Amino acid sequence: MLAYTLQRLLATIPVMAVVAIVVFSLLYLAPGDPAVVLAGEQATSEEIAYIRESLGLDDPYPVRLVRWIGDVLSGDLGTSVFSNRPVTTLIAQRLEPTVALTLAALVIAVALAVPLGVLAAWQAGKRIDRIVMGLAVLGFSVPVFVLGYLLIMLFSVGLEWLPVQGYRPIARGVGPFLTHLILPALSLGLVNAALIARITRATMIDVLGQDYIRTARAKGLSTSAVLLRHGLRNAAVPIVTIIGISFALLISGVVVTETVFNIPGLGRLTVDAILRRDYPVIQGLILVFSGVYVLVNLLVDLSYAWLDPRVRPGS
Amino acid sequence: MNATTAAVITPTAWREALGHHPGLVVGALVLAVLLLAAAFAPWITPVDPLQLAPLDRLARPGAEFWFGADLIGRDVFSRTVYGARVSLAVGLGVVVLAGSVGLVIGLLSGFVRALDNVLMRIMDGLMAIPSILLAVALIALTGAGLGNVIVAIAIAEVPRVARLVRSLTLALRKQPFVEAAVIAGTPFPVLLARHVLPNTLPPLLVQASYIFASAVLTESILSFIGAGTPPSIPSWGNIMADGRSVFHLAPHIVLFPGIALSLTVLAVNLVGDGLRDVLDPRFVKVR
Repeated sequence: MLAYTLQRLLATIPVMAVVAIVVFSLLYLAPGDPAVVLAGEQATSEEIAYIRESLGLDDPYPVRLVRWIGDVLSGDLGTSVFSNRPVTTLIAQRLEPTVALTLAALVIAVALAVPLGVLAAWQAGKRIDRIVMGLAVLGFSVPVFVLGYLLIMLFSVGLEWLPVQGYRPIARGVGPFLTHLILPALSLGLVNAALIARITRATMIDVLGQDYIRTARAKGLSTSAVLLRHGLRNAAVPIVTIIGISFALLISGVVVTETVFNIPGLGRLTVDAILRRDYPVIQGLILVFSGVYVLVNLLVDLSYAWLDPRVRPGS
Repeated sequence: MNATTAAVITPTAWREALGHHPGLVVGALVLAVLLLAAAFAPWITPVDPLQLAPLDRLARPGAEFWFGADLIGRDVFSRTVYGARVSLAVGLGVVVLAGSVGLVIGLLSGFVRALDNVLMRIMDGLMAIPSILLAVALIALTGAGLGNVIVAIAIAEVPRVARLVRSLTLALRKQPFVEAAVIAGTPFPVLLARHVLPNTLPPLLVQASYIFASAVLTESILSFIGAGTPPSIPSWGNIMADGRSVFHLAPHIVLFPGIALSLTVLAVNLVGDGLRDVLDPRFVKVR
């Protein structure tokens, strides 16, 4: 198990290296001189030259790349051009809403998609299957922000059950935290639910056609035992894989959802940074988001060994 | 993936397939209407999408403004119809660009052992960056503009095409008819043109429809957050962005382009699912 873990861990290094090079090159190629921005409007050319020198902006690309990677590895993501504060501080301040939103959306997606996918596979070809798959195509097609506005219209403006927008930290009470979180989490989670439900159904149909399922049925096991213990257990690897891949959708969706619902998280920070052309912040955010995505998929890889004994090395 | 049987589909099979896949027909019809609307936009819209009518700001949908008017009195119907042009152009542009670049990278990876590892690690790295963020960063670099939006989204989509083509190529290379052609001394360009490309096209076509849908979505998101199509060109995303601040007063500004966007993506997805069922026997519906 340790060898397998190490091997998967090593495999993420080239991926993150490519990410780092792409992200660094973006800043390197970005228009405008950071030294001019930092020096302010009144600066003389000597002052700008001094800042260029002290930041090492005149060094060649490879030197700056290596120095930047060194900085990143020691936890320094640079300084915001706009607010002049460390990028890591800005990210840390905005972390809670985004983590809460992402986790809630993920829970909603899995809790909806897996049972519905299993149901559709069990009833394949019947009406319930067509309804579930029709909803899945629909859920996959309605963009996160359109869904968000529809939910706001229905539950906040129309029925007045839930607050329209905004975010309440969990420290200020679980009730307001949840009522503010539910609509954004729902609009973000439904797209992923559609994707996961489709894969769950397809995999379960494959598994349910296997001989061991017929055996399990023949020996008189209950439907739920056949579906869950023998079916879902064997369909787990592709389902977990798609949950990992759908995490990318979740990250992209966060940026939009936070804009629609006015949530002060990392997505909002990204949009603000784009509008202000605050390249160090954009860079830091892409790096963090990509890192999280790679980490999630590393965990997915590691979970294979736990879910499926055949993947376990040395057995 | 069984690509070899997919290439032989007779007209009768197509007709039968269409009968069994109403989604494909409905999706194609919606797309056809959209294409016509985009092509004839100047003739079917009552007013210029950029024309201001300050007195009619936030007008409700009605006889004069079918989809209502926005904050500065522009006609939301005209803007939505013109927005179809942007979405279709981006969808097609991204499919062509990402499709051709991805095809070349995928074929190189599948045929040239020495390049495979390097190319695929680069693709893995690009795929690890969420596509919207990658597109946003590229546009922040090049400036907003329709061409830049297309290139930025295409770069984010290339790895998906390259991976698909690579896996198809690797599978094809093991097929007896390809091995036979290699042994018979078929020149490489002929091998590529006659045996490999025709068999990668059907799955690629299915993939292309999903890329189209994803490109339309990404463009609208980019425009919605203010990093896509410039405000001077109406696109569904930036119309919605305009309506964001007045959503409670005038939900129509957000809703109509939102509905157009959802319908388009739904139609493309239906076409994609239909094509997949028709072209790939592995996914034939359980009846």
